[in-house]
Amino acid sequence: MNPYNYLYLAALLFTIGAVGVVVRRNAIVVFMCIELMLNAANLTLVTFSRINGTLDGQVVAFFTMVVAACEVVVGLAIIVTIYRSRRSASVDDASLLKR
Amino acid sequence: MEFIAPSLNYAQLAPMLIVLAGALIGVLIEAFAPRASRFSSQLFITLFALVASLAALFQVRNQSSVDAAMGSVAFDGAGVLFQASILVIAILAIFLIADQENFTALAASVPGSDEEREAVQADLRVTEVFPLTLFAIAGMLLFPVASDLITLFVALEMLSLPLYLMAGLSRRRRLMSQEAALKYFLLGAFASAFFLLGIAYLYGYSGSITLSGIQESVVGGAGNDVFLLLGVAFISVGLLFKVGAVPFHAWSPDVYQGAPTAITGFMAAATKVAAFGAILRIFYVSFANAEWQWRPAMVIIAIITMVFGSVVAITQRDVKRMLAYSSIAHAGFLLAGVIALSKSGLEASIFYLFAYGVATVGAFGIVTLVRDSSGEVGDLNRWSGLGKRSPLLASTFALFLLAFAGIPLTSGFIGKFSIFSAAYESGSTSILIAGVLSSAIAAFFYIRVIVLMFFKDSVEDGTSVIIPSALTTITITVSAAVTLILGIYPAPLIDFIATTATFIR
Repeated sequence: MNPYNYLYLAALLFTIGAVGVVVRRNAIVVFMCIELMLNAANLTLVTFSRINGTLDGQVVAFFTMVVAACEVVVGLAIIVTIYRSRRSASVDDASLLKR
Repeated sequence: MEFIAPSLNYAQLAPMLIVLAGALIGVLIEAFAPRASRFSSQLFITLFALVASLAALFQVRNQSSVDAAMGSVAFDGAGVLFQASILVIAILAIFLIADQENFTALAASVPGSDEEREAVQADLRVTEVFPLTLFAIAGMLLFPVASDLITLFVALEMLSLPLYLMAGLSRRRRLMSQEAALKYFLLGAFASAFFLLGIAYLYGYSGSITLSGIQESVVGGAGNDVFLLLGVAFISVGLLFKVGAVPFHAWSPDVYQGAPTAITGFMAAATKVAAFGAILRIFYVSFANAEWQWRPAMVIIAIITMVFGSVVAITQRDVKRMLAYSSIAHAGFLLAGVIALSKSGLEASIFYLFAYGVATVGAFGIVTLVRDSSGEVGDLNRWSGLGKRSPLLASTFALFLLAFAGIPLTSGFIGKFSIFSAAYESGSTSILIAGVLSSAIAAFFYIRVIVLMFFKDSVEDGTSVIIPSALTTITITVSAAVTLILGIYPAPLIDFIATTATFIR
């Protein structure tokens, strides 16, 4: 199978994620969309690794997974704190700073 | 398959390793030390780590190699200068952070709850802010010397993740602070996803993840140019987000306003140095030969950033938001140094970054001192007449504002002059015109604040200037002195930068 198809799939997933970040209102869902974007980038890396015939891309993908895990820890901590303060995880409710 | 043990040059990595070790010790202190002794030991460890790191950097200042960590870290003159600037700014900022009056007693408590009240009564302190700062500094030290894409991505996240948390630690107006943390986090993670996709496309383009490997592919022109364009575009989104360039600036006014002021000062100054260090390295080392692919877009972004930052800053009523828009404008001026793509552009950018960073820390240090009974006073109208009540503080703030505006005899003038002349030499006349025009617009709102402080009557609404702690005084005094000295007698630093600043490939 043509490996370029995986690039198209990854681009599609990345776009779905990016659109989700822009249109969804729940912070958790926004965050999940960002994770989808990271995974789309991972798929791109692994595909290029296959196309180029080098292992570097797969190594980057491993690092990305670790970094994404750290990001989940920090992100959920912030979102949960916000939820406990406001009883809502909607990014629209958080608008004290807009003037 | 044979396994080759990695060879590391510990002397050149020492500045980063010392800061990381300090951060880990800080985590252990947080876990095991009794509460009463935490603050003093954390402050000691943090300062010790930063000063030791600066000393270690001084030892190796004339070395350069691409093999500091198996080709992942490029240690060269420009890298040394970026790291030294970050460390100096960090030491100044730590003195501000040490003034714990700015931080919440217990970050995990719900605002307004009994738990929070008890924590305030027990006089708890968020000493965990010190190891978080050290982790962020370690990431910032790594970011401008990273010479492959993995290290670049890891360093980016390492400097960002602690900053997201630190933005939410404010003592007063905690909901706003938490909101700032949420916005910073969501938008930052969004931008780093683009950054990662950019890395993937650059890897697809050249088959290599090192900056020098990408440069070889660009020179050879072997790869698929579509991937190169996508890679440059997406990686630029991530980097321009970090420096707050338009159109990726939306987070910065909100985060600057919501975060504790000490953190804002640290973040505004040090992140900018680290991110511009990485931008300069990537564009000068990897993409220099593909300049026709990215330069037109970058010129437009730089011009929009300068003009937008300067114009919108005029309408701001809050001092921290005003400084945020001013920092957006400065990001535009600094992009002129990236576009110049010459040795003089690099030197000018390094000087500008250092001068701007030090003045920024000082300016935010002063913002922490103007208070009323409910905390800091951000509203600029309530700053009126400050020059009559506290002439020293108002004059120092005026000095920083004049430095931001680029008035002669301050460091800002030398920085602006050198960066615009570098841009002009490289043929970017449009940048020069936009830069001078937006500098004039920016000077208007800086000077408006000075007029407000010195020539308006003061309002009697409880706004007062508190007596600064010894550490805050040191920060403000040193920043003001550096700003003034670099404006009057910049030759030694300029000469030092000129002899040191090179990128190794």
